[in-house]
Amino acid sequence: MAGCGSDGATVAAQIGGPEMSFLELRSVTKTYGDGASQVTALENISLEVERGALVAVMGPSGSGKSTLLTIAGSLEDPTEGEVLIDGARLSGMSRNDKARLRRRTIGFVFQDFNLLPGLTAAENVSLPLELDGTGARTAQATARSVLEDLGLGERAGHYPDQLSGGERQRVAIARAVIGDRHLVLADEPSGALDSANGEAVMRLILSACKRGLAAVVVTHDAQLASWADRVVFLRDGRLVDQTEPPPSPEALLHSSVEH
Amino acid sequence: MSVRHALLGLLSEGPKYGHQLRQEFEARTGDVWPLNVGQVYTTLQRLERDGLIESDDAETEGPQRDYRITEAGREELDHWLRTPPDMTEPPRDELVIKVLVALALPDVDVADLLQIHRRYLVELMQQWTRLKEDEADFDLSLALVVDAELFRLDSVIRWLDAVDGRLKRFSVEPWPAADPTAPRLRRRLAARR
Repeated sequence: MAGCGSDGATVAAQIGGPEMSFLELRSVTKTYGDGASQVTALENISLEVERGALVAVMGPSGSGKSTLLTIAGSLEDPTEGEVLIDGARLSGMSRNDKARLRRRTIGFVFQDFNLLPGLTAAENVSLPLELDGTGARTAQATARSVLEDLGLGERAGHYPDQLSGGERQRVAIARAVIGDRHLVLADEPSGALDSANGEAVMRLILSACKRGLAAVVVTHDAQLASWADRVVFLRDGRLVDQTEPPPSPEALLHSSVEH
Repeated sequence: MSVRHALLGLLSEGPKYGHQLRQEFEARTGDVWPLNVGQVYTTLQRLERDGLIESDDAETEGPQRDYRITEAGREELDHWLRTPPDMTEPPRDELVIKVLVALALPDVDVADLLQIHRRYLVELMQQWTRLKEDEADFDLSLALVVDAELFRLDSVIRWLDAVDGRLKRFSVEPWPAADPTAPRLRRRLAARR
C-alpha cells in the first residue's frame, strides 16, 4: 500500500493537489527539550489543505495531533520546517502579525469549547470581531446573524451555563467561522457530545468548507473523520498514510431498477 | 436478514400486491438490501404454504396477486420481533484471524498491517457518510441503516486501535508464550462457572 510505513517525505509528496493550498505545512518537525530528554512530537510533516477542503487528522492520543494543530494555527513555532497560510510564511511574521492573522483568518474550535462564562452566546461570538476593531453594535449584529444561521437565534442572549453541550459547541463554531475567516482548526470538536451532536458539529464545519473555508479537524473518532474529504493518519509524530478520494456512495445502494 | 419476516411486517399493515411488497421492502431498508423478484415470490409461496399469509385468487400471477396476513402470521411476526438474534457465539471474524496469524509471523510489521485495514475501513465509512450529507433525500430508514453500518465499521476500527495499544504495551514487556496444548478461552470460561 502506498504511503503506509514509508517515511514522511514519501507521503508528503502525495498529500495535496495541484490547487493553491490555503494552509501548507512543509517538512515540519517539532521537538521539545534537548539532549537525552529530547522528545520529537512531530517529524517531517508535510500537509496541504486547499480552500473548501475538510481534512481530518486521525491518530491515537500522544501521536502529535494537537501539536500539529497548534503549529498550523501559529500558536507554536516549528523546530524545523515552514508553515504557510494563504501563501505567507509564518516564520517571516512578527508576533503582532501572527496575532492579527489568528484574530482575522483562523477560527479555533477546542474540545472544551472555551466559551467565556461571563459573556452571552452573541458576545462570545462577536468577541473576535470586536478585538479586531469592529464596533460593538456591528459585531453583535453579525454574531446574531451567524447564530441564526446555526439555529441558535433564540439562544443569542443566553450565557454558556444556560446552554446544552451541543448548543455550546455550535456557539464555539459560530465564533470560529464569523467574519472573514478562511481557516478552521478543530481539536476533537465533538468532545464528550453524543453522536447526534457530534454529527451536527461536523455538518457545520462541512458547510463552512462548502462556502470556501479550509478546515482541519484532529480526532481519534472515525465517525467524525469520515465526514472529511481526506483523512491523514498520524502515528508517533509522523504522517504514515492517507485515504484516497472516496468513490461515489451510489456503489453502496443497489437500485431496484437493476433487478 | 429475514425477508420472510420483513414481508410479514409489511402485510401486517394491510393487504398488498406482490410487486408492491417488493418496492416497499426496498424503500424501507433504504435501498441497501435489494431483493430480486424470484426471492419475493418464492418467499410469499412458502409463507402461504405455512398458513402465515393468504391470497384470494390462486389463478393470478405473482405481481398482481393480493396477499394478506393471517392470525398465525401475526403471532409468528410478534414472536420473531421479540426474540433476540443469537449473538452468543463470537463470529469467526476474518480480520481477527488475519491479525492473529500476522502476530505469529516474524516478518510482518503488524502496525503497518493494522493501518492497511484501518484505512480501508475509514474509506468505507467516508462513503457511507456521503449518504448522510444530502439531508433532503435522507429518510428515517436510510438514516438507521447508515448509522448501523457506521457503528459496525467504527467498532472494527476501535478494535484495531486497541490492538495497536496492546502491542505497544506488550513490546515494552513481552508477554508469556501461550501453552499451545490448551484451548484457553474454553478453560477460562470453565473456571468461571
